[in-house]
Amino acid sequence: MIVAEQKALDEIRQLVGDAKQVLVVGCGTCVTVCFAGGAKEAGVLGSLLRMAAQMDGQPAAVTEVTVQRQCEWEYLDAIRGPVEKADVVLSIGCGIGVQALAERYPDAVVVPGLNTKFMGMPAEHGEWVERCAACGNCLLGLTGGICPIARCSKQLLNGPCGGSSQGKCEVGCGDSAPDCAWQLIYQKLAAQDRLHLIMEITPAKDWRSSRDGGPRKVVRADLKLPQPDIKE
Amino acid sequence: MNDSDGALSNLQKVLKAGHFAVTTELGPPKNADAEAVRHKARLLRGCADAVNITDNQTAIVRMSSIAAGVLAWQEGLEPVIQMTCRDRNRLAMQSDLLGAYALGMRNILCLSGDHQTFGNHPQAKNVHDMDSLQLVQMVVGLRDHNRFQCGEEIKGQSPRFFVGAAENPFGDPFDWRPYRLAKKAKAGADFIQTQLVFNVPRFRQFMTKVVELGVHRQLRILAGVGPLKSPAAARYMRDQVPGMDVPDAIVERMEAAGQGIADKKARAAAYKEEGIRICVETIAQMREIEGVAGIHLMAIEWEEAVSVITERAGLLPRPTFETPAVVSESA
Repeated sequence: MIVAEQKALDEIRQLVGDAKQVLVVGCGTCVTVCFAGGAKEAGVLGSLLRMAAQMDGQPAAVTEVTVQRQCEWEYLDAIRGPVEKADVVLSIGCGIGVQALAERYPDAVVVPGLNTKFMGMPAEHGEWVERCAACGNCLLGLTGGICPIARCSKQLLNGPCGGSSQGKCEVGCGDSAPDCAWQLIYQKLAAQDRLHLIMEITPAKDWRSSRDGGPRKVVRADLKLPQPDIKE
Repeated sequence: MNDSDGALSNLQKVLKAGHFAVTTELGPPKNADAEAVRHKARLLRGCADAVNITDNQTAIVRMSSIAAGVLAWQEGLEPVIQMTCRDRNRLAMQSDLLGAYALGMRNILCLSGDHQTFGNHPQAKNVHDMDSLQLVQMVVGLRDHNRFQCGEEIKGQSPRFFVGAAENPFGDPFDWRPYRLAKKAKAGADFIQTQLVFNVPRFRQFMTKVVELGVHRQLRILAGVGPLKSPAAARYMRDQVPGMDVPDAIVERMEAAGQGIADKKARAAAYKEEGIRICVETIAQMREIEGVAGIHLMAIEWEEAVSVITERAGLLPRPTFETPAVVSESA
């Protein structure tokens, strides 16, 4: 899932400015699951904004709506009415949701209420961890299902570096330090008697498949809809 | 490495001739003062076969290792240019390699680099386009295949470096370290400098495995050694530096050295003396370990100690080569 965190209220209020009509748009998918931008958070944030505006003596009408997925046109189309009425649309979807809203409603002022953090998962209650960096050329088959690009602080493909100590990464301290990805890779492959996979040198990566090659796009010709015949 | 062109680095000649090699370290200043480099270089002259010039060590901005290397070279030292993968992508690294060679540099040490969060620009974006092993492959490719990393041929002079890398025998997972060293040999590294050795038995254990794997025949291993300045420094290294292994016995020995000395200055001197003594003893132990071809002496911001230690360890004078190096079977 995409993991996000709400911005500080002060920053959100600055982004909203003196808008009289504010629409808070939650998203029912990833950010709901990570308790950052679902219907519940939209409600709480809406109330906070109303209260803050009241206290400032500049009451604003804040309404909330949550769509199933902010990153798909069909769900966004369903909220055209409230979006068009709002002075500011405060999206608490991930960065993709914010952009989808801004693109679907070119006249709307859309601002983000969240900081999108990473692609990851809940490791335990209240704790989410990064798992994938979307490099575009998965090498998990070589590394025992543990990604050194997302999980090694230096993205080493032939790790670990000299700072690996007692299973922890040198970045961060004590228990808060992340696990050393290469310690995990080593342990996993050793336990499975598959260390031969990392005996070979992994050559320098071709980062073109990653963000370094420019914005990416996946095209599936087999899924494209036929262009309708437009008859004059 | 094909050395028929006779352009061997001094360090390479020393190792080839089978001498017990000595390298040390020079940290460039946090400013643009050439004299600061020259001053340090003069303190190290004649004490080592080559001197590592650190590359933004501990992720703190300092004078470029190549620029400082050239200054040190002008003072009569042979530099080992350290190059980390933290700050530059493959384009920048290769262009710097071409430049460093053109300026007369002949040794490179390929490192991942300390993470930028430790340094004075924790806000910086780190690069890590490549890792240290891939950097070794790249530098070797420039030299042995006359090709850039992309595969394109180098037309004209290719940089022909003596290629080093580092390994930390005390990092985890301990059992994997000799194999990772073997990967560095496979990548084409000519020599290795290790993390500081304080835990000699553990280092011996590491070297036993290295020798068993035959890696010591594929590259030359210089054991990292260095003098402790004080018990506080020893404790700091033991407790705060990831991947360092300083046994309690060493810390206690440093503490004991100052006991009963009331005068602060005298106590500090006693600590330093003990640190030097431990270092000299460690060097003697390193010379007895199979597969150790020399030492890399790190006296961080204590360059004055280098001549004292090398002298007392019986490592001076360093070999000089008026004529081309003697080709010995052992090298």
